[in-house]
Amino acid sequence: MSPDATMIIARGLTKRFEDRVAVAGIDIDVRAGEIFGFLGPNGAGKSSTMRMIGCVSPPSGGTLRILGMDAHREGPAIRARLGVVPQEDQLDWELTVRENLLVYARYFGISRSVARRRADELLEFVQLADRANEKVDALSGGMRRRLTIARALVNEPRIVLLDEPTTGLDPQARHLVWERLFRLKQRGVTLVLTTHYMDEAEQLCDRLVVMDGGSIVAEGSPRELLERYCTREVVELRFGLDAPLAELADKVTDLAERVEVLPDRLLLYVPDGDTTLPALHDRNLTPTSVLVRRGTLEDVFLHLTGRTLVD
Amino acid sequence: MSHPAFGALNYWFVQYRRTWRSSLFSTLIVPTFYLAGIGIGVGGYIDDDYAGVGYLAYLAPGLLAVSAVQTAVGEASWPVYGAIKFNKQYLPMLASPLRVIDIVLGHLGFILFQIVFSVLVFFLTMLLFGVPQSGWAPLAIVAGALTGMAVATPVYAAAANAKSDDTFTVLNRFGVIPMTLFSGVFFPVEQLPALIQPLAWASPLWHGTELARVWTLGMDSALFVPLHVAYLLVWAVVGFYLARTVLTRRLVV
Amino acid sequence: MWVSRIATGSGAVLERNYMVHRRGLIAFLSGFCEPVFFLFSLGMGMGALVGHITLPDGRVVEYAVFVAPAMLAVSAMNGAVAECVFNVYSKLKYMKLYDAVLNTPVTPMGIVLGEIAWALLRGGIYGAAFLALMALMGLTPSAWAFLALPGVVLIGWTFAALSMAGTTFIRSWQDYDVVATLSFLMFMFSATFTPLETYPEWVQLLIQATPLYHGVTLLRGLTTGAVSFGLLIHVAYLIAVAVVSLIVTAYRMGRALQR
Ligand SMILES: Nc1ncnc2c1ncn2[C@@H]1O[C@H](COP(=O)(O)OP(=O)(O)OP(=O)(O)O)[C@@H](O)[C@H]1O
Ligand SMILES: [Mg+2]
Repeated sequence: MSPDATMIIARGLTKRFEDRVAVAGIDIDVRAGEIFGFLGPNGAGKSSTMRMIGCVSPPSGGTLRILGMDAHREGPAIRARLGVVPQEDQLDWELTVRENLLVYARYFGISRSVARRRADELLEFVQLADRANEKVDALSGGMRRRLTIARALVNEPRIVLLDEPTTGLDPQARHLVWERLFRLKQRGVTLVLTTHYMDEAEQLCDRLVVMDGGSIVAEGSPRELLERYCTREVVELRFGLDAPLAELADKVTDLAERVEVLPDRLLLYVPDGDTTLPALHDRNLTPTSVLVRRGTLEDVFLHLTGRTLVD
Repeated sequence: MSHPAFGALNYWFVQYRRTWRSSLFSTLIVPTFYLAGIGIGVGGYIDDDYAGVGYLAYLAPGLLAVSAVQTAVGEASWPVYGAIKFNKQYLPMLASPLRVIDIVLGHLGFILFQIVFSVLVFFLTMLLFGVPQSGWAPLAIVAGALTGMAVATPVYAAAANAKSDDTFTVLNRFGVIPMTLFSGVFFPVEQLPALIQPLAWASPLWHGTELARVWTLGMDSALFVPLHVAYLLVWAVVGFYLARTVLTRRLVV
Repeated sequence: MWVSRIATGSGAVLERNYMVHRRGLIAFLSGFCEPVFFLFSLGMGMGALVGHITLPDGRVVEYAVFVAPAMLAVSAMNGAVAECVFNVYSKLKYMKLYDAVLNTPVTPMGIVLGEIAWALLRGGIYGAAFLALMALMGLTPSAWAFLALPGVVLIGWTFAALSMAGTTFIRSWQDYDVVATLSFLMFMFSATFTPLETYPEWVQLLIQATPLYHGVTLLRGLTTGAVSFGLLIHVAYLIAVAVVSLIVTAYRMGRALQR
């Protein structure tokens, strides 16, 4: 397969559970070697999409081709070349850390000797070699996540699907995971991940789609999305309790390209925050706190859906 | 309703409203099927005058004690293990003014209720089959309750101490099942090899069976009644203290 | 192609179970003791009260000779049910084990066959040990008894498949009691402790519908040497139940797992 071939192609991909539409006809193209992200709030349909791509959940409609094969008819052959990190770890609690990897390799039909070698390499890779012979319930949440990532790599997959790889991890553990994912990318592995952390999406993803209510509301590289839907800087203004935020917003609309009213604060989208501050002062506005920051994907999401990503 | 243990007891009763159906199996079905399948079925092939009362009548009081043991083991094993390991029902109790001893008492009180209930139901079944032949027969319910508690408290301690559910597999297969089968319920202990007989005499179920038989059928000598009662009480009390010690070690860390 | 895939999958599932049980050796071995206790208690102890019993072919044997093959069949049933209902359901619902397995090329049918193979392996080991004990105790008057071992495996297969099919219908652990009740009912009444003729005619019909009855009768025929072509009817019945159950399982397990 050529390096820039399309690894995953979905057209009109749909998933329904009884009457509920979890994924409402989405189109995606994931290219070889990139890190592709799904960003969206709870219930957006990220996991449903990932499970369809993982060939464990039959689509209710549309077409889905992975590695040039049809997801519906060639599920086992596709799964043989995928690595999957599900949203919930699903580790085998009756086995030790190392046995988890060994047994998982056997599910792929990998020989015992190769399985042993890879298990040891992977335990090094995710820094769990010293816990190899402990039962899974002795691991911390972050360690379990790393073990799940190691497990997903045991068949040397072309594509790795990661459903919220770092949710619930502390900052240090997250950075370790990010760093390992970058190394995988360097080895030419295609990564598809979901997240509701915008910083994760910005840091990791070459391209991403923003999902909401089962549909894609925007797609592009983090940079493109920021340029298209956001300003360079954002001024956050907080006022005292019960301040009439909507009225206050009217007083500042002309100072910004756009103003968003959140339950507890105003967001002013501006090219340069430092020039806005004196103007606020001139209008006798006395916010209790002022923060100037860069625009983020969070703002993109707010703009597109009118809601915040993480509440 | 002043003792704090009643608070814990109340909790289990609230739970019970949701789950009472599932205890029906050990309470009712197992002993009744034994009574029908073995008592009547196999009994038909045994001398009509066996032990002077017929095999069905000989077997029934023993099965009443078995029913108490089944309920005791069922209610003192998984629910206790689960309350510590999965559902963590004890932790909020401990955060209230309840002490460990109240928690144990409350839970055991609930188990006693279930034992009495299952024994009572079995006793009614025995009446249907026309087994009881003595005015003392209703006392068999007391025999059942005693036998049940003699088993429930040590099982409680074992469950509170259990690291994995393998404990129950082993407890069942090397404890409960052989005890049920060799404690003079189905055939007299005297038939066992001499080496094994003392084991049978040591088991609470044998004492429970003897008590229930004396009271239901009026056979045997009443002389041994206080001994059986005392022996069962010793098991219950020692088991209770074990349970409290183990649970304290498990919860108060 | 798909055959080798299923073989790889079931092989790995089998291997996984072996890895787990290697550590629980005592629990594993204890499975052997259960039918032995029943044999000693109800077969020998209570059997002494019964004395002798007449076999369907008119021969009179000791009660233990009559009950022992039944205990063998019951233990094959119980082993399969424990493995393929209780263990499989908890792996399915509580441990979410199969969700992870399905992310690999292993298919639902691969999992099902792997679990059944494990149950048979286990049941076969217990069965062989119990049969050897029976022979030592002189409870196998006929040389045909050696065929009881494949008989045990057949019974195990039937009940493993039936259990798998049943597991796809279980909604919560409270349904366990239904399973426990049904198997206990069979244990008590499938001509295990008394000949079929003991029961009223309409009950006999019910009993003859249970797979355990056919298992018990098959093994009893083999160990007591009452061998005739009639035994093949029991074999056919057990195979039929197994095949129908596997078809139901194949149809339903995929849906239970891949939503
Ligand atoms: N097995 C299922 N049965 C019924 N409904 C489901 C099932 N799985 C998901 N859904 C529904 O589909 C919708 C999308 O769920 P999904 O898990 O894909 O969201 P998500 O974006 O992954 O959310 P989260 O960030 O919370 O993980 C939700 O409304 C959910 O309730
Ligand atoms: Mg999700």
